[in-house]
Amino acid sequence: MIIIKNLFKQYDNVTVLNDINIEVFDNEVFGLLGPNGAGKTTLIHILATLIKPTAGTATVNGYDIIKNPSEVRSSIGIVFQAPSSDDMLTGYENLKLHSLLYAVPKELREKRISEVLELVGLTNRKDDQVKKYSGGMRRRLEIARGLLHKPTVIFLDEPTLGLDPSSREVMWKYINRLVKDEKITLILTTHYMEEADFLCDRIGIIDKGTIIALDSPTQLKEQLGGEVIEMEFANKHVDKENIDRVLKQCNFVRKVELEAKNGNVLIYVDDASHNLPTILKILDKANNTEVESVELRSPTLNDVFLKFAQRHITKKQGQDEDEDDSEGGFMEKYAQYGNK
Amino acid sequence: MILKEDLWKNMPNMVINKSWIELGLGRLYAIWLREFKVFLREKSRLIASTFTPLLWLFVIGEGFGSTTDFFGTMDFAADSYIGYQQFIFPGIICMSVIFTSVFFGSYIIWDRKFDFLKSVMVAPVSRTTIFLGKAFGGMTTSLIQAAILLVVGFVIGIHYTPLSMVFIIIIILLLSFTLTSLGLTLGSHMESLEGFQLIVSFVVFPLYFLSGALFPLNNLPTWLSILTTLDPVTYGVGALREVMLGITGMNSFALNISVLLLSAAVLGTVGVLSFRRMKAV
Ligand SMILES: Nc1ncnc2c1ncn2[C@@H]1O[C@H](COP(=O)(O)OP(=O)(O)OP(=O)(O)O)[C@@H](O)[C@H]1O
Ligand SMILES: [Mg+2]
Repeated sequence: MIIIKNLFKQYDNVTVLNDINIEVFDNEVFGLLGPNGAGKTTLIHILATLIKPTAGTATVNGYDIIKNPSEVRSSIGIVFQAPSSDDMLTGYENLKLHSLLYAVPKELREKRISEVLELVGLTNRKDDQVKKYSGGMRRRLEIARGLLHKPTVIFLDEPTLGLDPSSREVMWKYINRLVKDEKITLILTTHYMEEADFLCDRIGIIDKGTIIALDSPTQLKEQLGGEVIEMEFANKHVDKENIDRVLKQCNFVRKVELEAKNGNVLIYVDDASHNLPTILKILDKANNTEVESVELRSPTLNDVFLKFAQRHITKKQGQDEDEDDSEGGFMEKYAQYGNK
Repeated sequence: MILKEDLWKNMPNMVINKSWIELGLGRLYAIWLREFKVFLREKSRLIASTFTPLLWLFVIGEGFGSTTDFFGTMDFAADSYIGYQQFIFPGIICMSVIFTSVFFGSYIIWDRKFDFLKSVMVAPVSRTTIFLGKAFGGMTTSLIQAAILLVVGFVIGIHYTPLSMVFIIIIILLLSFTLTSLGLTLGSHMESLEGFQLIVSFVVFPLYFLSGALFPLNNLPTWLSILTTLDPVTYGVGALREVMLGITGMNSFALNISVLLLSAAVLGTVGVLSFRRMKAV
């Protein structure tokens, strides 16, 4: 279990983490999502006792990260965002080194090393120096190392970065099984939304050091307002109010929105596949609402991510309009790009 | 990748009933072993750091040694049969120890650069253990390098006895612990690779040139003799010269050894403290 309380981290005058409060339950998979530079890695480093927070604290497995760092370190496993194995050593030697550092009992050392090597599919390359590995193989070695000493809490900072799709899928399945069978608590960061959706029980979206959303993937998607029907009308300047009025009679329509960029209309509905014919029928009868094309979408975590990130920026821009920092501008572009 | 069903089933509880000293030794061994293996694999480093001292020994040693008129008047050796080349041999050994140890220590900058250090620091290993493991690695490396040169010593007519060998090894180990600690201390404060060049210019070469490796210390101008007194390597050179050639220089053997012990203790302590403060990320 991990309890993070009022955690702050400042570098010089920049606040990188701003009052983080999270409770990660035993045997939970918790995902940290957020744009580049949001503070995900910093948070993980703090929880792994590599960086000291400016204020606040956290407990990992019941140990305080400030008062009992070595107990914390014994009970966690971590896969860093960037590879950290020794290039000059072989894969096996790297694992051997870490099994000694983590004091894996001698009788189990060899067995354990060959188990994790097999898991990540590096058994036949174990005696090659790491500098001869491909990027994905290095990644897999890191993962093997993180699991080597059977930690009860595992941090994975973008674990499947650079893995091919099939390796990624195997890793997902493995992570899932690990958590179920062994009561592992897992915190992972990722930029792959489908990964977060597949693996995580709960997700925290973090932007500029602040948690801006925290819930289960299902709930987060639900918050977006059900499924979306995107309609293109023959009349490019269709009146949104008009459509809103026409569809008001249907109780399954939650809201109607105009897609700013292409003038399409977004209709948020429950049970879209059943209700779409009804909507089309109604629109057919109404004036000046000739439908040209229809696309039906269930919200993905991607939509959630973009929505929250975007809203956060809009809100921020509203607050301090003249302070249009470049990072916000980038995020906005990022968000728009993703929406298309 | 293959999923293994029983991966997590067979690992008994990891709570270990070992004493902290046993655990510490295991970890120390792990860090030392890594350093040693990397050393054996970096052949270019081994070759380069053997070649440079040989260049000094034979080119400078023979070159200056041949102008006997010049050095013959100098009172650097009580016994007339000791030539300049033999005279500088202990200094060349120390040179090898300086280069190997200081470079070894400051290689920690690379460890940090490639994030390897981070993976060690996130393990339940104390900073003191990391420091000592690295220092022992540096001592091993320096001793191997020096051993190659000691063999060359036969060729230029250095005589060893079992007792002198024991002293030679002790002196080399003491000096290399001191200098590896120095390198580790400097490296632990440096964030970028640029610092490495500064270490070479402002630490490695002054330590070497001010040690009396190449000249006797008896008739130096005051400013220079102050600097040589401050250089811990001076005492290593002095002690080795006494053991290998039977020349007592400025300082007695006991003084040389005492200063070596003291500087090892001081720099070791400073090193451990620096490691404790060192930022992991
Ligand atoms: N040592 C440091 N000194 C100053 N600022 C830092 C330092 N380390 C990180 N930062 C800043 O902290 C912020 C958060 O960085 P962090 O690495 O935690 O982001 P992240 O969410 O992991 O991003 P990414 O998705 O790109 O990995 C960034 O703005 C970064 O510039
Ligand atoms: Mg990161």
